[in-house]
Amino acid sequence: MAFSAATANFNPLNTPSLRSHDNHLVTSVSPSPFFGSTAKLRLSSSPKFNVHRRSGSVVAVSEAVKEKKPKSTPNLLITKEEGLELYEDMVLGRAFEDMCAQMYYRGKMFGFVHLYNGQEAVSTGFIKLLKQQDSVVSTYRDHVHALSKGVPARAVMSELFGKTTGCCRGQGGSMHMFSREHNLLGGFAFIGEGIPVATGAAFTSKYKREVLKEVDCDHVTLAFFGDGTCNNGQFYECLNMAALWKLPIVFVVENNLWAIGMSHLRSTSDPQIYKKGPAFGMPGVHVDGMDVLKVREVAKEAISRARRGEGPTLVECETYRFRGHSLADPDELRDPAEKSRYTARDPITALKKYIIESNLASEAELKAIDKKIDEVVEDAVEFADESPVPPRSQLLENVFADPKGFGIGPDGRYRCEDPKFTQGTAHV
Amino acid sequence: MSLKFFAHFLFIFQVYISVFLLIIHLQFHFFEIAFLFYFFAGAKPMAAIFQGVGAAATLSSSPSNSFDSNNSVFSPLTSFSVRRGASFAVVRSDGILNLNPKGRRAQQLISNAVATKADSAASSSSSKPGHELLLFEALQEGLEEEMDRDPRVCVMGEDVGHYGGSYKVTKGLAEKFGDLRVLDTPIAENSFTGMGIGAAMTGLRPVVEGMNMGFLLLAFNQISNNCGMLHYTSGGQFTIPIVIRGPGGVGRQLGAEHSQRLESYFQSIPGIQMVACSTPYNAKGLMKAAIRSENPVILFEHVLLYNLKERIPDEDYICNLEEAEMVRPGEHVTILTYSRMRYHVMQAAKTLVNKGYDPEVIDIRSLKPFDLYTIGNSVKKTHRVLIVEECMRTGGIGASLTAAITENFNDYLDAPIMCLSSQDVPTPYAGTLEEVTVVQPAQIVTAVEQLCQ
Repeated sequence: MAFSAATANFNPLNTPSLRSHDNHLVTSVSPSPFFGSTAKLRLSSSPKFNVHRRSGSVVAVSEAVKEKKPKSTPNLLITKEEGLELYEDMVLGRAFEDMCAQMYYRGKMFGFVHLYNGQEAVSTGFIKLLKQQDSVVSTYRDHVHALSKGVPARAVMSELFGKTTGCCRGQGGSMHMFSREHNLLGGFAFIGEGIPVATGAAFTSKYKREVLKEVDCDHVTLAFFGDGTCNNGQFYECLNMAALWKLPIVFVVENNLWAIGMSHLRSTSDPQIYKKGPAFGMPGVHVDGMDVLKVREVAKEAISRARRGEGPTLVECETYRFRGHSLADPDELRDPAEKSRYTARDPITALKKYIIESNLASEAELKAIDKKIDEVVEDAVEFADESPVPPRSQLLENVFADPKGFGIGPDGRYRCEDPKFTQGTAHV
Repeated sequence: MSLKFFAHFLFIFQVYISVFLLIIHLQFHFFEIAFLFYFFAGAKPMAAIFQGVGAAATLSSSPSNSFDSNNSVFSPLTSFSVRRGASFAVVRSDGILNLNPKGRRAQQLISNAVATKADSAASSSSSKPGHELLLFEALQEGLEEEMDRDPRVCVMGEDVGHYGGSYKVTKGLAEKFGDLRVLDTPIAENSFTGMGIGAAMTGLRPVVEGMNMGFLLLAFNQISNNCGMLHYTSGGQFTIPIVIRGPGGVGRQLGAEHSQRLESYFQSIPGIQMVACSTPYNAKGLMKAAIRSENPVILFEHVLLYNLKERIPDEDYICNLEEAEMVRPGEHVTILTYSRMRYHVMQAAKTLVNKGYDPEVIDIRSLKPFDLYTIGNSVKKTHRVLIVEECMRTGGIGASLTAAITENFNDYLDAPIMCLSSQDVPTPYAGTLEEVTVVQPAQIVTAVEQLCQ
């Protein structure tokens, strides 16, 4: 796999690392091993060493995959079940987002709504490989990440409608999807904000294994973010920390070439984001994000690398959003030729074609899935429509986990004991 | 005239002069006469005043602080008021006797309805010896005890591990608990604070240290957006039991950027609690309470208070995060303060007592939310409020506190609330200038005199 070449220079400990999966973990009594970078300090300066050493180590996976194809005979990258699962997930994402647009224009949801049309391959390709206990951290373009992770469409749609049955009780909205049950850690409005949170979740996984001695804890965290975020400090700070401590995290860049109206090429000195991984000591991989099977292959390796305790990976998925940045964006800057080029590479159409041509399933089965998803989405809208809006009493309920944090009132009682708190009319 | 007459005249003149001189002499020594008078009338009151003045005097002499109302050793004034409840005379140096206009000293204050068991337990267990330590050691002790108690408690920050903390609060912890539990982070405040928040969401209880509180300005994104808000925006699904702590405040010529008071910037963030410690006792108590709390708590320490020495109880105790601390009960004026200014206030209190005032000093401790019960009780008693803080004038804790008191207790005030804060000036390096940017005891004395006219 393309990764091993990139990692060879950065993991000289080919012997079992003291911090890796074997059970001989260091106790707190003996002196702890050096908890830091294992890269060798390069004293001789050669100006172009970066390019020179890296050539050939980071490879676009699409080429690797293409080479693989002729070698194995009945080469099917996926089984029928997997194929249908992937197809269903992507169609759900697409249908849901289309319905969101409809609902928005009908005045059922408000504010900033960012749709994921066209990028489904990334979400499906990665998240469908995760277990329930693995965590996902996203950005404001998070509806489909939530759906892929397993949050019911009803809960997401209610949240968008601002109803109390939403996954965040209507308090988060489009940009703040959270689910404790499915380990979706948000939903963040500011770009880059979620990356440290994802790093923290990965840290917890490592901590659980090494300090709390839950030896089979191998939870992986995925952090999704865009090309614009890759110019933000938090991105680099977290790449450093994740690589330094070998945290079980995968950084997934959804490079759709546009940050609202700012082209990636106009804002980034070196637009090849995957190259930034090796600078921090982790492999950087570029993959065609419009092809769910390619994404899945890369994701498999990155996630298992993290599970084995070998550390983080930076995956750049070249993808495209068919709609504007948000429903309020007129999307006038992008070249229609560019748009049509990518529309021709629609991930759902591509997968459908692959499934039919490989005789994994018939057209009728796929149509049945389409119909099923339509029903799911309709049902979600109905459910959200009929759900109640949050009552006034909900206003103060979740401000503090421990409501004593509202303090002691002039009468000597904790404010949260005031009955007006449950009515939501108390003045804090 | 005969010699006899002259002799008589001289004698009378001598007597007259002597009596005159005697009267003049007596006026200068009236103080002593009065003392003798009261000595026979009831020496105890007088002795108590001198004792009290003496106790206040020890406060300013050295940084060591043996004066603490929560401690089992009560101040002489307090203990006197509990036992005697008698009136006393305030004697001023011009010799004018003046009985206390309010008459009886107040009864023991209504104990706070929400006082935790721990606080009262400490005061009743005066039989245990306790141990003496410095404030940073108290913080370390609290942290270590909580880390022993719960394996999910971990520390993150710059130089907290191998270096032992830039103020030695985490000294020895990395050797004991390992490099992962006491994590030395790279210099990336925003990211490691966010990492702490992510870890808190997924089950750990991190304590994030800002090497200096000012550095947490870089972490403002994470503290404002994620720390306070995620519990709410996730509909209550994720709790963030994080503690963010570090030293702040004006030190000794540390320069403008290392002398910042961030409590004013953070106070508007919904969903967080802020506390400020000022003595080894409450430092340890607040540290433990903050770690045990399910809410995100920001614990403000002060650079100059780390070497305060105090005797604290041996047994486990916590200080309630939402309560204020009564430092010195009084009658004339309520002085609200926190952190280092507490010591300036107590120094001023010594002067004030000498001048005949009886200030009530409250260390508010909880900067967000305010303990309006303790504060309210005090305002209802004294009717005059002076706030002394190190925060900036504009938009500081004092400003919020003034608003809160005016809103809730306006009817009880006899005078407008006075607020002494630091000047709205970047703290200068020069010592003479730095001194005047913060509130000094002389200003506090003047303010009280002005307030009590």
